[in-house]
Amino acid sequence: MHELSIAASIVDAVTESAAAYPGARVKEVRLRVGALASVIEDSLQFCWGITTEGTPLEGSKLVVNILPVVMHCEACGQDGELRSLQSFRCPHCGEPVTDLRQGRELEIDSIEIDEVEEAV
Amino acid sequence: MTTRIVELRRGILKKNDELAAGLRGRFGAAGVLVLNLVSSPGTGKTAFLEFTLRELRARGARVAALVGDLETDNDARRLAASGAPVRQINTHGICHLDAEMIDKHLAGWADLPGENGVALAGLDYLFIENVGNLVCPSSYDLGEKIRVALLSVTEGEDKPLKYPTLFNSADAAVITKMDIAEPCGFDRELALKNINEIRPGIRIFETSAKTGAGMEEWLGYLAEERIERQAKI
Repeated sequence: MHELSIAASIVDAVTESAAAYPGARVKEVRLRVGALASVIEDSLQFCWGITTEGTPLEGSKLVVNILPVVMHCEACGQDGELRSLQSFRCPHCGEPVTDLRQGRELEIDSIEIDEVEEAV
Repeated sequence: MTTRIVELRRGILKKNDELAAGLRGRFGAAGVLVLNLVSSPGTGKTAFLEFTLRELRARGARVAALVGDLETDNDARRLAASGAPVRQINTHGICHLDAEMIDKHLAGWADLPGENGVALAGLDYLFIENVGNLVCPSSYDLGEKIRVALLSVTEGEDKPLKYPTLFNSADAAVITKMDIAEPCGFDRELALKNINEIRPGIRIFETSAKTGAGMEEWLGYLAEERIERQAKI
């Protein structure tokens, strides 16, 4: 539901970073999105075309890498991926877990750009 | 033409997170306990907050509220009947509150004349009633100390399982409308189990703003958190 504002935030951040490479075109934007970040990839992709229009990101591809939720279990001391978002329990021993080490990320990992060669 | 990969490693909501961190610092310095109330539309956030504001004021606490809705100031008018200073935030279509809206609506509030004015340092509690939505508000930090997820007995006991992101990010959970639990066929044990499955060990309050049931425990919790907050300053 808020993917349009997320898309706009990405475009702003990338435009700002790409300004260091004048005239460059952004070909690809890669995101790291945790499974608990409440961002739906389909909606984000749907907004991407409209949001990037008329910016250095126009025509770019959006790649969304979804990260699983990783927990640390205090009961058995092990780390692991949650089996399901409907049960916050250790996949090893089944105890309830509150210590999450990954899963809420909402970041731009990297961008791929085509740089314009400087005239010699 | 050269292709280059530039590592950014940057939070998409960095601006919101930075603003929220600034707000948290201000709230801490002022010694005000800030709570962010989140639920579906119709859970009864406003009725729950009306009761809370009225009771806290009756006990001599200094309280204020910010209330978010897409349109109308109906909720602000309801809450203001408690006598507490209240400000409405209209998001005009945006499905959540963000730190910038809080910052903007706090600015200048202190300068408003008479009863409408409020200074953070003169407050014990500031309640933020978020826009009714169980998805988007979970991504936006408002600088609150306590995020409260509310669920009414009419919504179905599996709500926490359907919206794990929000319930997992909550610090306390409130079940509302307990007075009609029975006619609704509300399975209390199942609801408690589901909340605990998503957020193990969370404090859960079973309340009715109509009869006042469970509200004493909730008000006690607020007082404890407030004392803890002051002790840290």
